Amino acid sequence: MWDYEKRLQYPVNIKTPNAKLAQYIISQYGGPDGEIGASMRYLSQRYASPYREVSALLTDIGTEELGHFEMVATIVHQLTRNLSMEEIEKSGLGPYYIDHTLGIWPQAAGGIPFNACEFQSKGDVITDLVEDLAAEQKARTTYDNILRVIDDPDVADPIRFLRQREIVHFQRFGEGLRRVQEDLDPKNFYQFNPGFDRCMK
Amino acid sequence: MTCEQKKLLHEISILSFTVIELTLFLDSHPCNQEAMRHFDYYNRIKKEKCEEYANMFGPLTLNQAKGRSQEFLWTMQPWPWEGGCE
Repeated sequence: MWDYEKRLQYPVNIKTPNAKLAQYIISQYGGPDGEIGASMRYLSQRYASPYREVSALLTDIGTEELGHFEMVATIVHQLTRNLSMEEIEKSGLGPYYIDHTLGIWPQAAGGIPFNACEFQSKGDVITDLVEDLAAEQKARTTYDNILRVIDDPDVADPIRFLRQREIVHFQRFGEGLRRVQEDLDPKNFYQFNPGFDRCMK
Repeated sequence: MTCEQKKLLHEISILSFTVIELTLFLDSHPCNQEAMRHFDYYNRIKKEKCEEYANMFGPLTLNQAKGRSQEFLWTMQPWPWEGGCE
């Protein structure tokens, strides 16, 4: 069960629209390394983790990612507020506008719709945590790429916050992986799957 | 949004961020006594600030929403994505 808080995790107050930038940043809403993929990944993976600490990380980080999903949507929404038809066409937002007007829809920068194939839930806690570590780094790289094309400090500020969170999550998932490996045979971590084979712990 | 409301919301953001950071740390270090002490402290003052905010400006969560006023504030207070256009 979840509660909604009627506030953003970090403030977003963009005064100048920029339709070009919105088309890049929407990738972190519904792209291959975006926030909805991150949230769905962690919230789906947690059931197969036989470690309370790892399930807690997946729950709390997956929940925080939903807050990031809302922040990215807010950035895209504010970047596309009050656009003229001319700005929409000139910026290349035309095809998106035809299908969604200025509604927020999860897609990658290249227009590919969000798809659950962006992530795995493998039912093996080592496999899943290694994917999660990579996912945080991929999102961090995407935010680095986005920061190179931003010149509005109102946009850069919340994007820097989101980038920083990827690094903290990477650290915590690394600790989760170490916790799992502590309980396993150091000569062969893969002897059995602690979430499937019955000889756990 | 008044200056006073912005200031209080900013304080809540900072406290809430601190609580999230401590939560994630405690997820991977559930026996760390020092982090639990910090968690209790910041979680308590976060709750107090949120109550103060709700009483002055309207609810941030449904738990804080009240039915007796001119209009249902949960519904009519600005949504979080409305910033930047004042």
